[in-house]
Amino acid sequence: MNAATLTSVTKNYGMVEALRGLDLAIRPGELVALLGANGAGKTTAVRLLLGLAKPTSGSVQVFGGDPRDARSRTRMGAVLQVARVPETLKVREHIDLFRSYYPRPMSMAEIIAAANLEGVEHRQFGQLSGGQQKRVLFALAIAGNPDLLILDEPTVGLDVEARRALWKQIRAFVALGKSVLLTTHYLAEAEALANRVVVVHKGVVVREGTPKEIRGDAASLEDAFVELIA
Amino acid sequence: MKTYLLEIKYEFLKALRLPAYSLPTLLFPIAFYIFFGVIFGARKTGPVSMSAYLIATYGAFGVIGASLFGFGVSVAVERGQGWLEVKRTTPMPIAAYFVAKLAMAMLFSAIIVILLFVVGTFFGGVQLPLTTMLSLFGILVAGSVTFAAFGLAIGFFAGPNSAAPIVNLIYLPLAFLSGLWVPILFLPQKVQNFALWLPPYHFSQLALRTIGASRGQPVLLHVSAMVIATIVFTTIAYIGYRRDEGKLYG
Repeated sequence: MNAATLTSVTKNYGMVEALRGLDLAIRPGELVALLGANGAGKTTAVRLLLGLAKPTSGSVQVFGGDPRDARSRTRMGAVLQVARVPETLKVREHIDLFRSYYPRPMSMAEIIAAANLEGVEHRQFGQLSGGQQKRVLFALAIAGNPDLLILDEPTVGLDVEARRALWKQIRAFVALGKSVLLTTHYLAEAEALANRVVVVHKGVVVREGTPKEIRGDAASLEDAFVELIA
Repeated sequence: MKTYLLEIKYEFLKALRLPAYSLPTLLFPIAFYIFFGVIFGARKTGPVSMSAYLIATYGAFGVIGASLFGFGVSVAVERGQGWLEVKRTTPMPIAAYFVAKLAMAMLFSAIIVILLFVVGTFFGGVQLPLTTMLSLFGILVAGSVTFAAFGLAIGFFAGPNSAAPIVNLIYLPLAFLSGLWVPILFLPQKVQNFALWLPPYHFSQLALRTIGASRGQPVLLHVSAMVIATIVFTTIAYIGYRRDEGKLYG
């Protein structure tokens, strides 16, 4: 069974067609990178998968269930683009609260280790660096021991070092046989992490394959991508 | 169950660690009370002293503020900044989120009312029987449910930055016109008539009844006004909550 499936999904916001018949499957143990320009429909696809919005038509399934059910949500975790997180709670306190949402969470120690937060767990969120804050969001996403992780531009605004540190944690998660859907603007990130790249443009999939297949004869993935959506 | 308790615990810690936000909510009504209630306290207004009367009305004022700010503005901020959405991706029961915020609003309300009792008793010469104090306390704290719903309705339609100014714009005139700052009988007749349409007026009359200083209108009128207001505000908030599902294009 697929971790997640979107079948002929459309989503309209008023007059705007954000998705126009999108098909996407995420298989177990696979890291899929969703690429697309701003407004291509990446965030909409993520919101549908997380059950934050309802498709206009088509079906969205997560582990065979409706993502809007609490039961499906216990098997998912997400890093979203969030403007601000409550800053006066400590790292441990944030994790403690999120663990309580799930029936079989990872232990506090496992989460802290997996997100590389040793040494800062007693600091308030507002006192952390940008990279550390992203790692806390990653920690909250894995707190419930999910089988599917959805990462919406998780490394935006991070420096190279912090970005690579987070890559390492994402790879460790996939190595456990779990699935990841990643949206990103950094083509190098897709190339470094993904088993499969799906390019969306104007609400439909225009190309999918391994990073190598997508690149083809182009000099880089970026060149291939620009050509695809031109 | 554990989630509910943890939500309340961390909501409380957040407020405790941000005194710049929580202290004004607590201290404004007390400061007003000291100014009007203690300084002009010996004057009579109807059957009771001003200092006793104003415990009820500034109590109502404080409860409304704690509910609108602690509930409405805080939901607007967390919603507008995307934090509520992060929580909604988890299996957290959404009720836990709202129950925790309501618990905080009630806790703040309780603290305000107790402070008013203390100041009134020791500096305003107020002498109320314990049973009267308890029923006044109960009515004031229970009223925070109505105004939390009001705050929530604002919170689901206002942006994270506009919520606080919008609440102030509504809260302060509403409190004045309902007779929470200055006893309603001191206000012009037109304002007194208009106040019948304002939920805080009915709230304060229910509070004043416990000390025998209401205007003697039927309890049922005040209670139904509060119940209707609660239903209307909750409905508006629910529409806003559902509306969130449809928007945000990206």
